[in-house]
Amino acid sequence: MADSKTETKTLGESLRQQGVSRRGFLKFCTATASMMALPPTMVPAIAAALEKARRPSVIWLSFQECTGCTESLTRAHAPTIENLIFDHISLDYHHTLQAAAGEGAEAAREAAMHENHGKYLVVVDGSIPLKDPGFSTIAGISNLDMLKETVAGAAAVIAVGSCAAFGGLPHANPNPTGAVSVSEIIKDKPVVNVSGCPPIPTVITGVLAHFLTFGGLPELDDLGRPKVFYGQSIHDRCYRRPFYDKGLFAETFDDEGARKGWCLYRMGCKGPMTYNACATTKWNQGTSWPVESGHGCLGCSEPDFWDGGGFYNAISIPDGDIARNIGLGAVAGVAVGAAAGMLNRNARADAVARHETVTVDDLEKTS
Amino acid sequence: MSSPIDFLLWVKGPAFDIALAVFVIGVVVRLLEIVLLWRKQDLAEPKGEEFGPGLRTVVTRMLPEAGSFKRSPFTVIGGYIWHIGFLICLLFFVPHIELLHSVLGIKWPGLSNHIVNAVAVVTMVTLVAMLIDRITHSVKRFLSGSEDYLVWLAAFLPIVTGYLAYHRVLVPYPLVLGIHILSIEFLMVLFPFTKLMHTFTFPLARWYNGAMAGRRGVQS
Repeated sequence: MADSKTETKTLGESLRQQGVSRRGFLKFCTATASMMALPPTMVPAIAAALEKARRPSVIWLSFQECTGCTESLTRAHAPTIENLIFDHISLDYHHTLQAAAGEGAEAAREAAMHENHGKYLVVVDGSIPLKDPGFSTIAGISNLDMLKETVAGAAAVIAVGSCAAFGGLPHANPNPTGAVSVSEIIKDKPVVNVSGCPPIPTVITGVLAHFLTFGGLPELDDLGRPKVFYGQSIHDRCYRRPFYDKGLFAETFDDEGARKGWCLYRMGCKGPMTYNACATTKWNQGTSWPVESGHGCLGCSEPDFWDGGGFYNAISIPDGDIARNIGLGAVAGVAVGAAAGMLNRNARADAVARHETVTVDDLEKTS
Repeated sequence: MSSPIDFLLWVKGPAFDIALAVFVIGVVVRLLEIVLLWRKQDLAEPKGEEFGPGLRTVVTRMLPEAGSFKRSPFTVIGGYIWHIGFLICLLFFVPHIELLHSVLGIKWPGLSNHIVNAVAVVTMVTLVAMLIDRITHSVKRFLSGSEDYLVWLAAFLPIVTGYLAYHRVLVPYPLVLGIHILSIEFLMVLFPFTKLMHTFTFPLARWYNGAMAGRRGVQS
């Protein structure tokens, strides 16, 4: 962990020192502009802003999480510009990556908070348990206390991964720890949700690049996610979409349709209800993404994706056991119907019994 | 209900179970009531068969009677178009086949989405035209009660919301899909208590008409 006090180099200087050419840097700026749906005229502005940007202090808090988000961001096989950007923010506290532990680590966090008060970014991965503070603690401090204390002096909070953004796996039914997302606790600071299980590395570097370039956070959707990355659904950008429209579907993972790369809707693909950038940015430096590898989208960047019905059930199928419910309904219907039928028959028999026959003579007598 | 996904999960979960229970129990009860009550025994000597003519009438009444076609061709043709269109959308759109497959255990080939989309448009236009006809035609308006308009709405909403869901417009997809499923739940809940029951009772009524005529030795 670099010391933010002694680090005075700008991002541009730092990248050049790492052997990144001017061309490579501009390519990154162009890609960032296009990723963020900005006009090409913004590229020089981005380049100029990034060139001059000072390393922002970032405090990374890991709560109820699996470290998958950190893995996603750090496990690139070759160093990319995104990695370098990521390396050249001043990551002052990240207890998975930092060498320090215990008091020393916490001291680093407190020092970063103190020195950069009002300016530092807090990145959170993992959900926060509310049922019992003892479910997840760091250095004896509960996740809830640490989050509140750390965020108090932050410029903004980036909730990385679906656990921090929406509660994720810990929040899944029956949610034994009472897990909640960051935005359910933090109401007085801007919170950006970078959802996904894990999120795409480029998306988090994009949010950081936006912060460095414009000094603020990007435009967000209803779920607090940057619109530039989560504005379109997997389905709308999926290269298999023409097969969906033509009605050509794979029905098992090894049938002819699967081999021909047909749509995976019938095998439970959640692409139509999932908003993320996988279909365009792809994974592992543009190598592939889940649907391209032959598996449907799990919908991991949406709230409650663990509880959204089976991963292999088509979206159109309701969650309950329909066949069983129809059976139970039919049995109940037969019971109620038989009872109603008997009541109706009794009423009719009663009416027949009470019916008085009238003869012509009777009528003549009464009239 | 904090997000569209929560709404979708509620609609696909507890709401669907409730609607399904009302639908199944209601339909079974109403059919049993009809069957158990049946008709008073006819003591007259039968002049012909009951079963054959009854069954035949169930089929032959699928075709319009010449007189009614001449009197109101629009009602007959419009009725055919939207009923067939509704059934095509219901039974041959692949997401619907997946749902029915999960219940019935059998699946069949679906139609291309472009065809289902075109059929849905025709169905919606026909339904709107029939509503306008119902309102503007003085006799039809006189004969129409609030239930007729409610049932029209219950039939129209699933198609229009399904069309919006397919085209992924207006609102986030989980929300529009949830609204579509909710509109079907509305239809299912209304079903046993309205004239929508004709879906299940029409064979009984036709069979009875045919059987009664057959028993009396006349053509139905």
